[in-house]
This record gives sequence, structure tokens and C-alpha cells, in this order.
Amino acid sequence: MTSLPPPAAKKLGLVIDLDTCVGCHACAVNCKEWNTGGHSAPLPDKDPYGADPNGVWFNRIHTFEAGTGTWSRTVHFPRSCLHCETPACVTVCPTGASYKRADDGIVLVNEDACIGCKLCSWACPYGAREYDDDAGVMKKCTLCIDRIYNENLAEEDRVPACVATCPASARHFGDLGDPDSDVSRLVAERGGKELMPELEYQPVNRYLPPRPAKSAPGCTGAEARLEPVVGPGADGAGRFLRWVDRVLSR
Amino acid sequence: MHPAYSVIFFTTASGAGYGLLLLFAAFGLAGAVPIDPWFGAVGFALGTALVTGGLLSSTFHLGHPERAWRAYTQWRSSWLSREGVLATATYAPLVLAAWGWIVEGSLSGPFSVFAAALAVLCLGTVYATGMIYATLRTIHAWHNRMTVPGYLCFALLTGSLWFHAIAHMFGHQTPGMALVVVLALFVTFYVKRKYWISIDSTPGPATRESATGLGDFGPVRLLDPPTMTRNFVQREMGYAVARKHAQKLRRISFVAYFLVPILLTGLTSESEAWIAIPGTLIAALSGTLGAVVERWLFFAEAKHAAMLYYGAETA
Repeated sequence: MTSLPPPAAKKLGLVIDLDTCVGCHACAVNCKEWNTGGHSAPLPDKDPYGADPNGVWFNRIHTFEAGTGTWSRTVHFPRSCLHCETPACVTVCPTGASYKRADDGIVLVNEDACIGCKLCSWACPYGAREYDDDAGVMKKCTLCIDRIYNENLAEEDRVPACVATCPASARHFGDLGDPDSDVSRLVAERGGKELMPELEYQPVNRYLPPRPAKSAPGCTGAEARLEPVVGPGADGAGRFLRWVDRVLSR
Repeated sequence: MHPAYSVIFFTTASGAGYGLLLLFAAFGLAGAVPIDPWFGAVGFALGTALVTGGLLSSTFHLGHPERAWRAYTQWRSSWLSREGVLATATYAPLVLAAWGWIVEGSLSGPFSVFAAALAVLCLGTVYATGMIYATLRTIHAWHNRMTVPGYLCFALLTGSLWFHAIAHMFGHQTPGMALVVVLALFVTFYVKRKYWISIDSTPGPATRESATGLGDFGPVRLLDPPTMTRNFVQREMGYAVARKHAQKLRRISFVAYFLVPILLTGLTSESEAWIAIPGTLIAALSGTLGAVVERWLFFAEAKHAAMLYYGAETA
């Protein structure tokens, strides 16, 4: 059914910290590796070592510059499905292949019912859906549905592959419908942003903006100005060492 | 947006077909044309061929055409599904009305109900086609009040041009038909002009700043895209070839769908058959060609919100 289920209390999603993301693409790589053997397997990977490599990725990392001049920021920006509360990608689907799960809000594609009309990809403002022209069906992020409920995995591994692998811990997974969950608290503390709120898709995922830049002297808690180790008045540096320092400093 | 040829052919051909069938049904019901079997046979055959050819071509761009029947199931939420249901439902009154016209030589009694149902379903199908595009909030140019009227107008315009040309072939032309053509021409011109002015003068709802949530820092620009090569989203939504020539193509479309048909209709529709038949036929061909260019532009000029993530300045 492509009609949306009634709003669920549970809203599983991701919180992505743009302050700590280092743009290493590890999330995208681990996502591709897991999912090419997972729920939507295989993900096409064409001409991987050639001139025009292309294929389906659920996760793509953009790098933006925000602001101008001294205070501009370089921001690495991982982008994937936001598992919206009112996803038009689901309601436009003519076959019922696209659906939103009533229990946890995850948006999925039933590949056995997809006719590959691509209308859902037109309806997604976030560019999250990618067409698999080998299989003739649309594919998208599953929020690693085959990991998060997978009892064959150790409990700490039951998170999406992108979250599990992030070396900077910039990605957090949890229930954004529960105001007391870790992810909801993080969003509240850091002023997590909704992307393109004006389109009213009500995305579940949130992005934590970079923290304010710290460049004023002393703002990190260290001394504003460090004393020279060797120099007049420095303890323990005798006449000889000062001479050595002068000679070597030339 | 990438203009898939199958979709362009489908929407223009089926639009003309539904318009033509609608006019046959309407003029037949009103008693404004004689229920001449051969006249009806040619009209219903052309209309059915245009509609069916269009519907078949629309399945060419599917990844799984053999599953197309599944598209009948989600009419509660999806305009694409509604279009499929309405398009298929149209065949029932189409066959019955054609039977009445061609075999029975009459559109009275039950056949008047079939003809009326045919007219309503023709309009409904084209309306559903327009709504597929008009309801996409991601594409500012399509999420426009003139999108559905544009689809309806081009269906009526191209349908009326073909109707007029076929009527001339059988000597059944009336001043009323020429009037419908001229009216359709002016209404289409008005709607399309309003559409183009609207998409040129109104900004899209989203910006790169709102797309990234980074607007508090100032203007946002793309430093590095995710990959060196163009991915599916960029190929499908990031088509920019025609935008460069948009103004020229708009003029070409205007000449083909409006100027040529109005001159030929005005100059030849009162003439003798050997002038009027080729004149109205060329008007129909030109109008259809203009509709194809217009439909191509409708896709090529449309910008998708997702392209904001790939550096587009507006969406």
C-alpha cells in the first residue's frame, strides 16, 4: 500500500554531526559493502576501475563551503534517505512497491512489485533514491533493516553500517520519536536541523550544525600566549644554551 | 529533468488522441456533425491509435513492463495509478460509442450515455496525466497552477486540429469546428504564456542554504561533489542541454503550435476542399509538432530540488 500508515510513535532515523564529520567517505563505503549483500543486493558497480565508474550508492558525501571570508566553514555533508514522515516518494508509487513501515517509519521498496517507473525518484527532494538499471528497479537506503533487528549480530553491531563504521562518531542512530532517546537529546542540545522544511516532507533524520568557530586567543582553555621555552628569564637556560639557540635560530 | 522520448511521445500522442475522441463524442452528442460511419471510423481509429500507441510507448521506459498491471492498484494515493485506471476504463465507452457511431449509425439512446462517458473519461485521463506532474513539489516548474490546464489545453488543441482536418476530408466541416480550433489556440496560448512567465519569475521554494541547514553561516556553495562522474540523480534530474536554447525553442514551439495553425485555419477552412484539406492537415501536423517541442521544453526547463546538493543555484 502506498497510502501512508498512521503516524507511528517510533521514528527510527539518523542524526549526523556536521561538526565532527571529516568527509572520509567510510560511511558510504561500508554502506555499499553491507548493502551489496543485504536487503537490496546486489548494488550495481559498473566500470569500477574505468573512465566512467557508476552504480547505486545509498549514501553520498558532499563537501560544501558555508559562509564567506574568515568565518566560512568547510562542511562535509553525508546525504542519504531521511525516512520522511510524509514521503511523497511513497504516495506517488503506482504499484505499492514503495512503502513506509507502520512500526518504525522506515521507508522501503519491495523490489518484486517495482516496475521501475522512477517517479519516486522524481518525488524525492533529497536525491536519495537511485535506479538500478541491471535489476530494473529503484533502490534506496534501508536504514540497514537487516542489521538493526538482526539477532545474529552482537548487540553493539545492530546499528546501520554507516553508523558502525564512522571513525569520527559523527553518525548516531536511534528513535527520534522518543524525546528522551540519546539522539533526540542530541538534537535538542545542538539545535539539529531539518533539511528543506519548506517542502513539508517532515524528514526524520537531523543534521547537527558545526559548532561556532573557536579562534579567539585563549578560547580553548589553554594560555592565550605561551612563554618561550628558551629565552631571557626562562628557567634553566644558561648562557651557553641561549647562545646555541641564537646560532641555531639563524 | 531528463526528457525521456517515450514519455514525451506518450503524453503528446495520447493527449491528441483523447482530445480527438472527446470532440467526436461532444460534436456527435450535440448533433453538430452527421453520424457518418466512414467519418466516425477514421476518427475513432486515429484517436484509438494515438491513445494506444502513447500508452504502449509509456511502458518502454519501465524497468519491468511485464509488471505494469500492478500500476492499477494504488489509485487511492497515486496520480500515475489513477491515470492508468482512467486510461484503461476509457476503452469501454470508446468501443461502445464507436460501435454506435460506425455500426448502428446513431448516438442516441444508450449510445448517448457511452459517448458522454467517453468524453468525461478522456478529460479525466488527461487531467490525471497533468496531476502526476503538478503534484510534484520537488519540481518548482511543474508544481504550478498552469500545469494541468496546459496538459488539457494541448490535448484539446491538437485534438481539435485533427478533428477539423478529418471533417474537411469528409466534407462535414462546420464554422463551429473552426471556432473551437481558434478558441483552443487562444486559450492554449494564454495558459502557456502564463506558465512561462510564472516559471521565469518565481523562485523555487528551497535553496542550497535550506537544503543543507547551513544558512546560519551565510551563503552555501558546493566545494566537492560526491563523485567525479555523474550519477543517476544527476543524469535524471540534472538535464541542462535545452535550457541554453530555451528562448529559441519557445519561439519555435509558438510558431508551430499557434502561428502556423491559426494562419492555415483562418486562410483555408472556408476554401474549397483541395485547399482546405491539405491546409487543415498541415495545421494539425504543425500543431502536434509544436506540442512535442513544448512537452520537451516542459521537461528540459524543469529544475529538481535535489540538484541543490550538486551545486545548482536555484531549484
